[in-house]
Formats: sequence, C-alpha cells, structure tokens
Amino acid sequence: MFFKPRVGGALADAKLQDVLSRFRFGFADKRAAARAAFGEDEFETLRVVASQIRDRSLAQLDAWLLRFEAEATKRGTKVLWAEDHAEARRLVLEICERHDLKKAIKSKSMVSEEAGLNAMLEANGVVPIETDLGEYIIQLAGEPPSHIIAPAIHKSKEEVSDLFVQHHKRPRLTEHAALTREARDVLRGHFLSADLGISGANFLVAETGSIALVTNEGNGRMVTTMPRVHVAITGIEKVIPTLEDLSTLNRLLARSATGQEISNYFSVITGPRREGDIDGPEHHYVILVDAGRTKFLGTDMQEMLRCIRCGACMNHCPVYQTVGGHAYGWVYPGPMGSVLTPVYTGIENALDLPHAATMCGACHVACPVRIPLPDLLRKLREKQVEKNLRPWTERLAFRVWGFVARHPWLYAQAAMVGARVLKILGGAEGRITKLPFASGWTDGRIMPVPEGKTFREQYAERQR
Amino acid sequence: MKVGLLVTCLVDLMRPRIGFAAIELLEAAGCEVAVPAGQTCCGQPGWNAGDRAAARGLAEKLVTEFEACDYVVAPSGSCSGMVKTHYPELFRGEAAWMARVDALAAKTHELTDFLVRVAKLERAPGDFAGKVTYHDSCSGLRELGVKAQPRALLATLPEAELVEMKECETCCGFGGTFSVKHGDISSAMADVKCRNAQATGADALVLGDLGCMLNLEGRLRKTGDDRTRVLHVAEVLTWKR
Repeated sequence: MFFKPRVGGALADAKLQDVLSRFRFGFADKRAAARAAFGEDEFETLRVVASQIRDRSLAQLDAWLLRFEAEATKRGTKVLWAEDHAEARRLVLEICERHDLKKAIKSKSMVSEEAGLNAMLEANGVVPIETDLGEYIIQLAGEPPSHIIAPAIHKSKEEVSDLFVQHHKRPRLTEHAALTREARDVLRGHFLSADLGISGANFLVAETGSIALVTNEGNGRMVTTMPRVHVAITGIEKVIPTLEDLSTLNRLLARSATGQEISNYFSVITGPRREGDIDGPEHHYVILVDAGRTKFLGTDMQEMLRCIRCGACMNHCPVYQTVGGHAYGWVYPGPMGSVLTPVYTGIENALDLPHAATMCGACHVACPVRIPLPDLLRKLREKQVEKNLRPWTERLAFRVWGFVARHPWLYAQAAMVGARVLKILGGAEGRITKLPFASGWTDGRIMPVPEGKTFREQYAERQR
Repeated sequence: MKVGLLVTCLVDLMRPRIGFAAIELLEAAGCEVAVPAGQTCCGQPGWNAGDRAAARGLAEKLVTEFEACDYVVAPSGSCSGMVKTHYPELFRGEAAWMARVDALAAKTHELTDFLVRVAKLERAPGDFAGKVTYHDSCSGLRELGVKAQPRALLATLPEAELVEMKECETCCGFGGTFSVKHGDISSAMADVKCRNAQATGADALVLGDLGCMLNLEGRLRKTGDDRTRVLHVAEVLTWKR
C-alpha cells in the first residue's frame, strides 16, 4: 500500500499543511492566467492537436523509436535500450566503468528516480549531485520528490535555510535570492568538477535524433555540455515524430505546468561535440527505458502514455492539494501517479491508489494532452474487481445492493426501513453522530437524517 | 413535453422534498411529469467502484424504464451525468443496446440545465429571500457543463442575492465511497468549502447534488455551524416563506 498509511501523517503534519495552504492551487492559477492570455479557444484547440501528436507517436511507437535511433546514431549518439530498471542501472554503470567516471551532475530525470540510479551510483563509487535546485534541496534532505516539476515544493524557506547551514557550513541565510546565490555558488563547483552529466529528456525527436530539455535554471545546459560524457535517460513514450511537433508541444508544456509561456531554457541536443564546437561532451548516450510502459500499449489505457510530465494534473487535484505528494508513496504523485504506480509496480501492490480520488475530473480538464485520468483510475478499479482483489465485504455489499436495486419492491421495503431507522438513530436533534460501518464519515461529519418517509411513499400517497 | 423524473436514490431516501420541488419546477415550465414507479438507482456507485456487472444490471433496468419518456430529468448532476456520459461506455460495442442508450442519453438532462435550455422556464416560482452562495458539483460542472444555468434561475428570484465563494468549482470531497474510505481527507476538503461558504456571509449554501449536500451539511454541523443552511437549488427555487 502506498497511500493509505501515509495520509494520516500528511494531514497531521502542521508544517506541511501550512505550506500546502500557502501554495494551494498556485500553479493552477498561473496556468489559468496563461490560458486566458493565450486565448481560451485557441488553447483548447492546441490541446486537441497535442493529443493527436502524442497518439500518432503511440500508434507506431516502435517505428518512431527505431527512426530516432537511426537518426541519433548517424549524428554520433549511442542509443541504448533498457527493458527494465535493473538494465538501466547496469547500462549506466557500464558507461561509468568504460569511461572511468567518478562524479555525476544530474539535471532532473524522473526515470532515474524510478530506477534508483543515485543509490546505485553511490554504491559504486560515483558521486551523484542533483543540480535542479529543488532536486538538490531534497537530495540534501534525503527525501524523494513530492512534485514532478517542483520536487521541493513541500519544503518551507526556513527548512531550506537549515539544510544549507547543515550541509554548506556557511552562515545561515534567510532571503530567497541569497539562498539561491549560495546554491549556485556551491553547484558551480560541482559543474566544473564532474566528468559525467546525467539528464532526462522532455522529448525525443525522431526526425533528427535529438533530445529536448526544458529547464528554468540553466542546469540542463551545464549538465549536458560540461562533463566529458552525457547520458540522457528517459521513457520510450517520450518520442515524437518531428521538430514541428516539438514546437507545438512546447507551446503547451510550460503554460500547463507553471503558467510560463516558455521555460527559461529550451535545449535541443543532437549528438556529442562536433568538430569545431567550442563545448559539448565527447560521448553522448541516450538510454531508452521501457520498465512497464509497454504494458499500456495496445490496451484501453494507452492514453496514459501521452503524458508529457507537466504536473498540471496534480496542480489541479484537490486531494493532492490536501495531502501533498509524499502521500502517494512513489516517484509520481497525484492523478498520474495513481495510474502509473499500480501499472509499473503491480496492481496488487497499489490497491489504494486508484481509490485515492473523488473523480472530480479537474485533472482531465487541465491535462494538455487530454488524458482521461478519471476513466483510467476507474478502469484500474475495475481490474481490481476482475482479479478479485477487493475486500470480500466490499464485493458482498455491492452484490447485495445491486440485487436489491434491481428488484423495486425489495428496494422500496429496504428504503422505507432505512429511512425510518436512520431517522430514529438521529434522535431528537435529527443528526447522527456515529454510524456502524461508516466511521470514516462520522469522524469528521454528522450524518443528516432522512425525512422519515421515502419520496416513493409520499408520491404514492399524494397520488391517491 | 412528457418528462420522466429520475428521482435518484439519495433524494428518495433522504430528501423527498427535493423530488417534489423538481416536479413543481417542471410543471411550472409547462411539462407533464411522470415518475416511473420501479426506478431505484442509476448504478453509479457500482460503476465508480469498478463493479461493472452491478452497474450494468441497473443501467439496463433504467434504460427500459425511461426510454418511453420525451425527456429524462434528474435533480442531480452525478446521476444525469452517469446516464448521459457513462451509460454509452457500459454498452459500448453492443449494437442492439447502443441505439437505445444513445437515444436515452441524448434526452437526459440535469434539472437546471433542462429548465433553462429546454423548457425555458422564465421565472422560478419561489420567494426565497436572503444571501446565497452556489457550489458547483463536479459531475454537473465537468461532465454536463452546468454552471450558468442554476445561477440564471436563482437570478429570477427578486429577493435572493448570489455571492460567489472562493473555489466554488473545487470538489467538496464527497466522491461517493471516497467519503468513507478516505473520510479524513474528505472532511478536510469539506472544511475548506465550508470556510469559503461562511466567508461570504451567505444564509444558504446552495447546490445541485445530494452527495455534496450531505457531505457539506454534515461538516458544517459537526464544526458547530447550525446557522448556514444547505439547500438544493430546487428547494430554493420553489421556496415558500
């Protein structure tokens, strides 16, 4: 179980709740402003077009990946394929051994989090340093990310000040700009002394064998140009056909994520350093990782692979905004995490996640590539029922309810009894403070009582 | 226009007065209202829980019961949303059923949407006086586009004043069994909505769905607010002082 055991702690964590309330729907509001500035109708058209671009890739994913490999290889990139996380780790280790690499600077890669890459590197004598400021902060704190775009969003400024004092051993700073400058100063030393740069890839462009990186801090640029060796590691679903498609998707990505029209840095990297280039790595690897992505292909859940990792879904999710990202227990939080974690780690291991939603639909409305997240969550709930993974009490309750509701006379009797019993339980005040099977309800709410007679009864009476 | 009223299981059990209010509104709009006698539930609880078979059985029953009506109207965004947007999913690929299901879905409406866009009710018959704020239930808003309609109807009440609350479109935390499975998160979400409603100074928090209604009334009373009424829009529109 990922979610259930962590929720209580998240709700009781006063510091977390304070941060959550201060930043509540912050990114969602920014996206709304960007969408209004862009033109709401145009934005909706763009979402349709973007969905089509992604569906086109997925319809022939194998062909586009092979095209990417061919074009990238032509330009000096070494393309490697990893079927699972273990293979991804092995490939990275082999690269470290081949090139005698000792220190890795990293620009954000969620796939590297999936694969536990940092732990593997440390265990093998290669020091990994995260350079995305948020990732750097949580690396110092020894915590996983709580958001895919803003991994340290759960941390207050005070906590960051404390972490910097603890790890940098310099006087405590309190101003945002000063803290950032200190991080920049410390990270600059790492940028200059690393021999390996590891990045993700926001997109893989088949047409030119390029990877595209979207960053706000310039760390992506440094990580992919300064060290001798650059390894980009990402999921196979990221491939898109053309540079034109890249341009279209890029118009949507930053707006959907943070409300920016475009990120501060947008890098398109094609191959290693060429003759005459003033900088760039000597060796450029791209590792394409499956690790469960093909489980979605050709199924009624394929749309999940459209995901461009913008974070809009969690930014709009009222449940995420109430409990934060760590409550989801793995790499991907919020609605997208509630779909990915069960499929990638095993449906039977994550029974609670598809139920960690009210199906309000806010995520679906916000998703730039229109992934029907509530439907996907419901389909996972269906799979649990099909595989007989629900508690027998729940199965029985629905069986009974379904039977009774298909038999109107029986249902009417049950409803009449229910309406009276609940009314009696409500006592003189007309409110129920404890319900036998529903303490989840009555712990935080009273249960209003029925009128006493059902509509059906009263309607029949009035007809006479 | 012959309208079949889909009462909904929660209105039938908990708040019959809303069913009668819906009938009054439909008749005020010039409709003839029938209440198919054997109706029970649209099947949404099973559908959301992943029990497709249970949902399917109830869907077949409802389609059969209501398909003779010119229109099907429910005082609920989630129930009408179930019929309109999810029934086609339940019967996908079955030609014999799909024609009937598509036909039914096309003529199914949430109450305020029907009153405004189809029946074109000009004035609500009620005489509610006071300040209200409106909560947009998720299914109604995002599945059916119910947003302007209840507000348009409330605006026809001369002595009712609508004040919008912060985050009126954010989920109240009910989510069906979510409210019991994750009661703590659900209560926390309800809390935010209650605070926002109270901040408007409204006499009544008005909405179009029973799930939201029970959830929010339950939270208000538990946290000591006995003053803010929680009313279904049909009740407000047919209010009799």
